[in-house]
Amino acid sequence: MTVSMTREQGLELLRQMLRIRRFEERAAELYQLGKIHGFLHLYIGEEAVAVGSVPALTNDEAIVATYREHGHALVRGTSMRSLMAELFGKATGCAGGRGGSMHFFDASRRFYGGLAIVGGGLPVAVGLALADKLQGRARVTACYFGDGAVAEGEFHESLNLAALWKLPVLFLCENNLYAMGTALARHQSQPDIAAKAKAYALTAHTVDGMDVLAVDRATRRAVEFVRQGNGPCFLECRTYRFRAHSMYDAELYRTKEEVNEWKQRDPITTFEQTLRAARLLHDDDWKNLDASIATEVEDAVAFADASPWEPVEDLTKDVYSQPVGDQQSAITQKLTTDR
Amino acid sequence: MAVCVSLDVMTITYREAVRSGMREALQRDARVFLMGEDVGEYGGTYACSKGLLAEFGPERIRDTPLSESTFVGAGIGAALGGMRPIVEVMTVNFSLLALDQIMNNAATLRHMSGGQFSVPLVVRMATGAGRQVAAQHSHSLEGWYAHIPGITVLTPATITDARGMLLTALKQPDPVFIFEHAYLYSMEGPLEEGPVAVEISHAAVRRLGKDVSLLTFGGSVWKALAAAEQLAQEGIDAELVDLRVLRPLDRDTMLTSVRKTHRAIVIDEAWRTGSFAAEISAVIMEQAFYDLDAPVARVCSEEIPIPYPKHLEEAALPSVGKIVQAVRRLLG
Repeated sequence: MTVSMTREQGLELLRQMLRIRRFEERAAELYQLGKIHGFLHLYIGEEAVAVGSVPALTNDEAIVATYREHGHALVRGTSMRSLMAELFGKATGCAGGRGGSMHFFDASRRFYGGLAIVGGGLPVAVGLALADKLQGRARVTACYFGDGAVAEGEFHESLNLAALWKLPVLFLCENNLYAMGTALARHQSQPDIAAKAKAYALTAHTVDGMDVLAVDRATRRAVEFVRQGNGPCFLECRTYRFRAHSMYDAELYRTKEEVNEWKQRDPITTFEQTLRAARLLHDDDWKNLDASIATEVEDAVAFADASPWEPVEDLTKDVYSQPVGDQQSAITQKLTTDR
Repeated sequence: MAVCVSLDVMTITYREAVRSGMREALQRDARVFLMGEDVGEYGGTYACSKGLLAEFGPERIRDTPLSESTFVGAGIGAALGGMRPIVEVMTVNFSLLALDQIMNNAATLRHMSGGQFSVPLVVRMATGAGRQVAAQHSHSLEGWYAHIPGITVLTPATITDARGMLLTALKQPDPVFIFEHAYLYSMEGPLEEGPVAVEISHAAVRRLGKDVSLLTFGGSVWKALAAAEQLAQEGIDAELVDLRVLRPLDRDTMLTSVRKTHRAIVIDEAWRTGSFAAEISAVIMEQAFYDLDAPVARVCSEEIPIPYPKHLEEAALPSVGKIVQAVRRLLG
């Protein structure tokens, strides 16, 4: 394998993947400790997809992601502190604690969630791209979703509409082979997801989602294609989730052998080996990376733990943008001849 | 196409009023665009957008595929992206296919994001029965939508509201759903003078009376008015409150009326069970119980899928006769 990247680029990709891994490993521990509740869908195993794709976007290009979005937000640059605080449900979280693990938001980075109904983010991404097109802006909206979303009507509707209207959407399918516990081949008559996109006249590619460099290359190409005004592009990243769907499941739907086979292709260890083989990574680098990330994670945990809860008095704040008018003065309007 | 420009009293239809509102919005604000099924070439199922494609072009008057969930969701996205979309869902019946986007995205995004995102989206749709289009095209679900915090639900009953509510809705930072009773589109009436945009915070007393309060909205306003006129001949003086805004509900106007008349009848074209009429009844019970001289009564649809034949459909829906009878019973 030829590696054409600088040492800095390589270390940064490794660092970002490791940040996600350590953030989530710590989150899983904190879940056991009762600091985090509800659903906690870990991205562990899939890090190469977010790390390989998110940096291809400029800062004012939009991201719509799913309930498995910790990695995307971290790579996008939302602070680990505010993400951990969001997991805790604290007021300092990236959504003020209102959303938790599944609903990360960051308006300053055009990160539109954290949308947790499977397939529900695709139409929103199409609309964001429509707004750009109508306002004459040549920028991309990146829309992440899993293989499970492929079964939803919104997937088909959204691909069709984006292609029909030539909207600047990059559809990124994170195919981890399971819609929760149902294998792709058990829910799709045509398990070739890129083929479905092609059926809607989209340009579609499939890439090894365990290979951060492959994802990086494919995404940059796809983003450029979309920015050029060629309409949407579809990228299927073949990846694998190492952990349970959420925090616990008996994993009756897959074998330990299968999981272990995929773990041989762990995107972090394989990339680490690639970097070492290319003499871009040395033992000290690894130690330094690991230590600095451990510090960042512990700082985030301390921050989240020390952060305040949103006051209960604010419970109904932001249901509407502003308090809806005074309802004291009723208007008495004589019904005249309005018919 | 008789669409108003200058505003002396002029007679137009409800559909022309809707069109006039959309035209004005499109002229006034470059961020406004219309999308939905058959809004362009066809001119709108109810002809509300007739002529707009020729005037504003295909970028701003966008025919969509029959993909309700995606074009409503795209409306949400476009609103997030700085536009002011008007999404026309042909009828409330088809809006069920977009319910996920409405309920899980449009209504939640602001609160769930800690106030970071607003969705200034306007969705219009036809609602209601009475045109012999049978069970799947006769729903009245605006009361369902009024269940959802985070959205505003409007039910324009008059020509003035049909035009003006849309304009005010487009100025809101949050999603607004406008339910236009399909029966009203051909209704003619004068467009009242005054500001074009109307307020969308209050109910309106459409007829002053002292004996009983008729509380209703949308298409039923006109049935209730006809009932009130009939009752007047019997010496019964009914007050008619057009709720206009189902969420957030203006409780004061209706409670003021009930406290004055001491009797209330709620008229709602939806099914009685779990209806918006039930909510109104509960509000009166909670806040005006000791002002009542009789239990709150309801005139709603029969609990059946709305049938096709005229005589059965009429029997299923609230009617002038049913309202008159309900008032007589209450005063009896």
